[in-house]
Amino acid sequence: MNGVHDLGGMHGMGAIQEDKEEPVFHAPWEARAYAVTRAMGGWRMWSLDAARYQRELIAPVDYFQLSYYERWIAALMQLMLDRNLVTRTEIESGKPDQGTAMRSPALTADKVPMLIAKGVPARRDVAVTAHFQVGQHVRARNINPSGHTRLPRYTRGKLGTIEQDHGVFVFPDTNAHSLGEKPQHVYSVRFRARALWGEQAADQDSVYVDLWDDYLESA
Amino acid sequence: MTTGRREFLTAAITAAGTAVTPELSHAGVHHDHEHQVVPTDPALRVKALESLLVEKGLVDRAALDALIDTYEHKVGPRNGARVVARAWSDPAYKQRLLSNPDSAISELGYGGLQGEHMVVVENTSKVHNLVVCTLCSCYPWPVLGLPPVWYKSASYRSRAVIDPRGVLREFGLELKESVELRVWDSTAELRYLVLPERPANTEGLSEEPLAALVTRDAMIGVRKIATPLQGDRA
Repeated sequence: MNGVHDLGGMHGMGAIQEDKEEPVFHAPWEARAYAVTRAMGGWRMWSLDAARYQRELIAPVDYFQLSYYERWIAALMQLMLDRNLVTRTEIESGKPDQGTAMRSPALTADKVPMLIAKGVPARRDVAVTAHFQVGQHVRARNINPSGHTRLPRYTRGKLGTIEQDHGVFVFPDTNAHSLGEKPQHVYSVRFRARALWGEQAADQDSVYVDLWDDYLESA
Repeated sequence: MTTGRREFLTAAITAAGTAVTPELSHAGVHHDHEHQVVPTDPALRVKALESLLVEKGLVDRAALDALIDTYEHKVGPRNGARVVARAWSDPAYKQRLLSNPDSAISELGYGGLQGEHMVVVENTSKVHNLVVCTLCSCYPWPVLGLPPVWYKSASYRSRAVIDPRGVLREFGLELKESVELRVWDSTAELRYLVLPERPANTEGLSEEPLAALVTRDAMIGVRKIATPLQGDRA
């Protein structure tokens, strides 16, 4: 979706604010928000792509006003509501509804080290034809899907070169919407900075963007 | 799908209010003006949410503690620093790291969540690399831990691709005109680690003191590693 999360190249966001003594979490609630989100992911009722899309759906004014982990919590609540893991009355009351069966947590402490060590790989070991070869000139397609996509606006319609084929990965545009993994090749595509931004960019600079087959056409 | 978002955020505030401090719920329920929907106290909301999920048996408090402990105390930029120090010390390791990063990083015992598919890019006197995620906050957790706030900020995400030299200048790094700058936007599930240049004046240092020189910011690419003074040498 053409949302405010797609920030590459925007102006007006100000200077970078750096905190040299920054802790991992700024307050205990941030740590809890982080961990609750990960633990609920353990139910496997949504993909990482779906979770990202849910955060993109946060209204623009709220997206900038909420802090990072507030956005996580806002998205998590909606994901849980949409999949009936919690009800609105439970959210409102803070208590389980009458007669709700107690479940058994999907992610228990003993499984945490394995989750962290293994991760959730997005690469798929399937034979899929690569539509582009290293060195080939390509154009990022000018598409504007209203759903989830990982094709940044600043690349659309722009010319680049395939630098590397990373192999076959789950396709976020379908996976985020439970429309299947549609595994396909992901390439490192090199865009010359001037192809993206014009003469103001340094001639020798480039931006490398990882793009799926469906985002590209030959040029 | 976007309808109900404000309603939902209101519900979120109400949850915290009712569960923890009843008087706060009114702030959420009576939202005559749009801006009042912005949550009041996230600490209360998250506490209420965690209690609800624990009561429903959806999350295990000990699992939450274990996750937090991992990223507060076990997984962080010291991991990446050890990888870099090994690459500086062992040319064969460096080759493996650049050509097969997942397996080379796992030699040191690191890998997994949000670093399943790693790419290592090498800084030289002619090439400088900078990592960003313009669309969200993708970052190589196993080697760098969780990202700092500035990395996730709208400011960094918007500017790193259009004005990377200006961004570097803000971090105190004036890149020479002749140096080629490569910006890596983490749009897919590949995660990027910058292999910084080994600073001068470090000949003969073993891996441990070398690792102590390596900073998180150098492994993102916003800074270089300072040359240690003679007195700093181990």
